[in-house]
Amino acid sequence: MFFGELLASSLRMAVPILLTALGAVFTERAGVVNIGLEGMMIVGSFWGALGAYYYGPYFGLLLAMAAGMFMALIHAINTVTFRVDQVVSGVAINILAYGSTRFLSLAIFNMATTSPHVSGLPKINIPVLSGIEFLKPLVTDVSPVIILALVLVPISSFVINRTVFGLRLRSVGENPLAADTLGINVFKMKYAGVLLSGILSGLSGAYLALEHTGMYVEGMTQGEGFIALAAMIFGNWEPKGALWASLLFGFSEALSFRVVEGGVVPYQFIKMIPYVLTLLVLTGVVKKSTGPAASGVPYERGLK
Amino acid sequence: MNGRKILAIALVLVLMAAVLAGCSGNKGQQQQNQQGQQPSGEEKLKVGLVFDVGGRGDLSFNDSAYAGLERAAKDFADKIEVEYREPSAGGQDREQLLRLLAENGFDLIFGVGFLFTEHIQKVSQEFPDVKFALIDGAIDGLDENSNVACLLFKEHEGSFLVGAAAAMKSKTGKIGFVGGMKSPLIERFEVGYMAGAKYVNPNIEIYSDYIGTTGDAFKDPVKGKELALNQFKKGADVVYHASGASGVGVIEAAAAEKKFAIGVDSDQSLSATEEQRPYILTSMLKRVDVAVYETIKSMVEGNFKGGYKVFGLAEDGVGYAENDYNKELIADIKPKLEEIKEKIVKGEIKVPVDKTEYNEFLKSNFK
Repeated sequence: MFFGELLASSLRMAVPILLTALGAVFTERAGVVNIGLEGMMIVGSFWGALGAYYYGPYFGLLLAMAAGMFMALIHAINTVTFRVDQVVSGVAINILAYGSTRFLSLAIFNMATTSPHVSGLPKINIPVLSGIEFLKPLVTDVSPVIILALVLVPISSFVINRTVFGLRLRSVGENPLAADTLGINVFKMKYAGVLLSGILSGLSGAYLALEHTGMYVEGMTQGEGFIALAAMIFGNWEPKGALWASLLFGFSEALSFRVVEGGVVPYQFIKMIPYVLTLLVLTGVVKKSTGPAASGVPYERGLK
Repeated sequence: MNGRKILAIALVLVLMAAVLAGCSGNKGQQQQNQQGQQPSGEEKLKVGLVFDVGGRGDLSFNDSAYAGLERAAKDFADKIEVEYREPSAGGQDREQLLRLLAENGFDLIFGVGFLFTEHIQKVSQEFPDVKFALIDGAIDGLDENSNVACLLFKEHEGSFLVGAAAAMKSKTGKIGFVGGMKSPLIERFEVGYMAGAKYVNPNIEIYSDYIGTTGDAFKDPVKGKELALNQFKKGADVVYHASGASGVGVIEAAAAEKKFAIGVDSDQSLSATEEQRPYILTSMLKRVDVAVYETIKSMVEGNFKGGYKVFGLAEDGVGYAENDYNKELIADIKPKLEEIKEKIVKGEIKVPVDKTEYNEFLKSNFK
């Protein structure tokens, strides 16, 4: 029972990281570094709560994805069309997200940092599996978004590795000049990658606000957008790798909730578990991870 | 190429507009206020307030302060003019906001929360003519003539009562506590709660957890919920939180598990949703609103005093909440709670404020 609860908690903590990390895979595979993912999660959590407050959770999720996509569009215009430094643009996106949500929150809810309570999607019980005692915590009262996130892993993997779209996306990230010579619209592919990351990050933010907490609170993303970037790198730019990495992060968080202050280990060390574990894994287990060759490099036609 | 340039410039302008709009959100309100007030002619007392992490709308600590400010603004409408500020997300600009208000000729400025302690100490020395009120924090060496009043609460006394309530209502003999930022202030809540629970049931088992070690811990409902869920799954059936906006997650967890949560600072039954209300046993009231209101009142009446003001059970500065939603729920334990309250006020029960005193409390009560 304890182990089942631990896994369920890990999964709940892993899902926002996973969704954003999947987004990160798409944008990086298209050769655009996106550290604005955190900001896209923030707007997702705010607009998700806003939409859910007025028109229900489904509309909230859609609005969150649209808001994330809008922020991604700004990032894409900056970096792909104007070839602004991708890191700088990402930082700007994060600041814009913080400022705009606070401004809108004051304007709409008349509260700077929180929304009213909102309700999420109806929870799902998975029929057959919920009969098994061990799995019970994992398969009862599950948020549909968790299932969606898990389903998106093989789908993303298939899209990236097995479809024409995926091949083009990867080629643009590896060698845009070659791709362009072969008649692939490099700009279109890069836009597609960045926008997908915005949609997924927006969904991830909405998960936090609607599915997990039932309320938007400023700063509720707690840097998970950055952790998702780490998960993406750690997962070697592959959706399946991102899944394992996210689960590891989620697991270590869940574990730190369960280590009780015992007097011997100071409290601060318990809260360090997720970070220490991450460092250990990154330095010890991951031997070598290589990203797309042209990631972070702006592409301009006619330049070598 | 030209079209691109125009687009680029337009984009920059939009971003700048957004930033400027963000900066001036509050100022717009302020200017309107000032314009509206000019005809009355008479000089009004200017009262400013800077919120803590979590900000207005945390349904807890800050909202309680806001309630006091609002009430004062209404009652003394012709004498004072109020304005409030929210610090940036990380709270780095607390000191600037205090200074900004002081420079703008405010007469009385509140810093809501112990994180303001250093900043008020500094700014109050720079502006000796401005009065400051610090909630939850103590600055050394103040007296009646200082320009700083520290408004302190005996959170441990209120927590003792809700701890007793939790222990009496628990069927499993296990209860929980979720704190926000690990700090001596929040530990007072924890220790008071544990002592209260042990007082009515020496065999009670208490799980205790903190969300984090920084101010961010007061606005992390995701972790708040997970910690509470964990305690519920381990068998606790009442969980008390002292974690500001993170407590939203604790209450959500209680509603999901159909167990009890105990709110903090404000009466959280009132702000909860219809579905959550049956699962909020009570709230530990910390009447920040009373403290804010009384301080403004003393200022209006011209007898503001510096130094330390302590609000405990005896002053009705802390207590437990009773409302339409939990009236029946706590009807059976209310007599006992009132009895304990009486004993604390009379000094028959000495409520511990930290872990050392807690251990002594246990030793002296249960040999």
